[in-house]
Amino acid sequence: MRVFFIVTLVTLLFVSAQRPAAGQNVTAPAAAATTAKASAPIDITGYWVAFVTEDWRFRMITPRKGDYQPVPMTQEARKVADAWDPAADEASGNQCKSYGAGAIMRLAARFHITWQDDNTLRIESDSGMQTRLLHFNSSLQTASSPGERTWQGYSTAQWEKPASLKIATTNLRPGYLRKNGVPYSENAAVTEYFDIAPIPGGGQVLLVTAIVDDPQYLRQPFTTSSQFKREADGSKWDPTPCTAK
Amino acid sequence: MGSNAVHCKMIRSTFTIFGAAFLCLLAGRTALAQVELTGSWTPRNHEFLTGDGLPVDFTGIPLSEEGRIRALSYSESQLEMVEHQCQGWPVFYLVQGPFGLRISSETDPLKGNVISYTIGGWEDRAPLTIWMDGRPHPSEYALHTRSGFTTGTWEGNTLVTYTTHMKAGFLRKTGAPSSDEASTTMRFYRHGDLLTILEIIEDPIYLAEPWILSRSFQLSATPQPPIGPPCVTAYEGSVGPTAPHYLPEKNPFVDEMTKKYGVPRDAAIGKPETLYPEYRKKIAPAAPVR
Repeated sequence: MRVFFIVTLVTLLFVSAQRPAAGQNVTAPAAAATTAKASAPIDITGYWVAFVTEDWRFRMITPRKGDYQPVPMTQEARKVADAWDPAADEASGNQCKSYGAGAIMRLAARFHITWQDDNTLRIESDSGMQTRLLHFNSSLQTASSPGERTWQGYSTAQWEKPASLKIATTNLRPGYLRKNGVPYSENAAVTEYFDIAPIPGGGQVLLVTAIVDDPQYLRQPFTTSSQFKREADGSKWDPTPCTAK
Repeated sequence: MGSNAVHCKMIRSTFTIFGAAFLCLLAGRTALAQVELTGSWTPRNHEFLTGDGLPVDFTGIPLSEEGRIRALSYSESQLEMVEHQCQGWPVFYLVQGPFGLRISSETDPLKGNVISYTIGGWEDRAPLTIWMDGRPHPSEYALHTRSGFTTGTWEGNTLVTYTTHMKAGFLRKTGAPSSDEASTTMRFYRHGDLLTILEIIEDPIYLAEPWILSRSFQLSATPQPPIGPPCVTAYEGSVGPTAPHYLPEKNPFVDEMTKKYGVPRDAAIGKPETLYPEYRKKIAPAAPVR
């Protein structure tokens, strides 16, 4: 009988240790003792180039004024976009408005992702020469002192098991979702998911799903997903400053 | 039979029962790694994927030379022909089209595991069945259909599907062609109530490199129809004795993207080099802002 109880106990312990809640993603935070770098389920570091297969005319060239489809803009946003003046943006030092975190991963650009330290990922863009920092240790930021608003805002990051990265960004300067002045406000919040997949025949693709939430200028969260191909090195890295035109 | 023998038999039985339970749990761990995909999903149409606003808009498609020639020979007047009116679009249209998804599953009544998923069709796209039971793809000479033959496997929480045996059709509705040798790999990523499908299309004849697209869908409490309204053919007037088409260099719409949006011709006709950022340096200075 003792054997019966021992076997029962071992089985129950196994079940309780293994079984997540039914119907839920298997999402467990990394063990507190390990660093984000050590617990990374995927390696997203390296050089990535945008593969512009979608929205070509909105991303590879500056769209003409009024070409806003299919962004779910509010009437207020439309008025702001209709008043877009790239020369005024340049003159006022706002030439990077379309390079902020609300739009940066939609740029036709190359990105270099590295570990700045064990708990901070660094994403640099060659177009616009922007730098994003993704903080896995979000306790560094306090609600009372979020710091100065910037184009890239403040990003917290976490691994989502089994193999995904989730990023949440706030504290942004107002920017553009599109180069032709489609606005997002300083209260916008950006949520992103990074996933990696193999390309048949060789190579890897980085899929970035981005959701921009901005009740002031968007009727519903603006959702895009962009593809990037991994590059072997930085030989095609071409830093160019922001331009409003 | 002595009490010791009874005791030993009881222990053996106990181990047998719990051993079986243990194996079931191990087998079930594969299922536990999955996420629920069934239900209705509303499209997040915030990316312009259909690309059907102008007759010659092949931007973003890495067409091969042969694909480009075929694409530019296409006239949309072919859709007036009764035999083309209900031809429908291939599986690719699942990601490109503006419609939502209704995903259902068929489960084994004894084992409870998913045998197949079905993504409901629409008027111009056939339903897609994804076989999850490990069956192989048929011979390359087997019947090719509009929806093809699709198998699926789980990689962690991601459903990965592979489709072959599609009829020749279109990569884009405006005439960029796909051959019957095309295949598609799709990955279904679920993040909360958002489902993002990554689609990689290979076509050794009409694509110069794999074409990669993606689209997101939001879980919806409003049911998506499992199938669209029926396609009904109708006489739309005579199109003459030949199929409408354009001879090489004679497509009258080839510069429409340039005139309307300032898109260079090389990009409008889907040259592969135009899909990479360095192409921007070859683009003439932007047209004046209107």
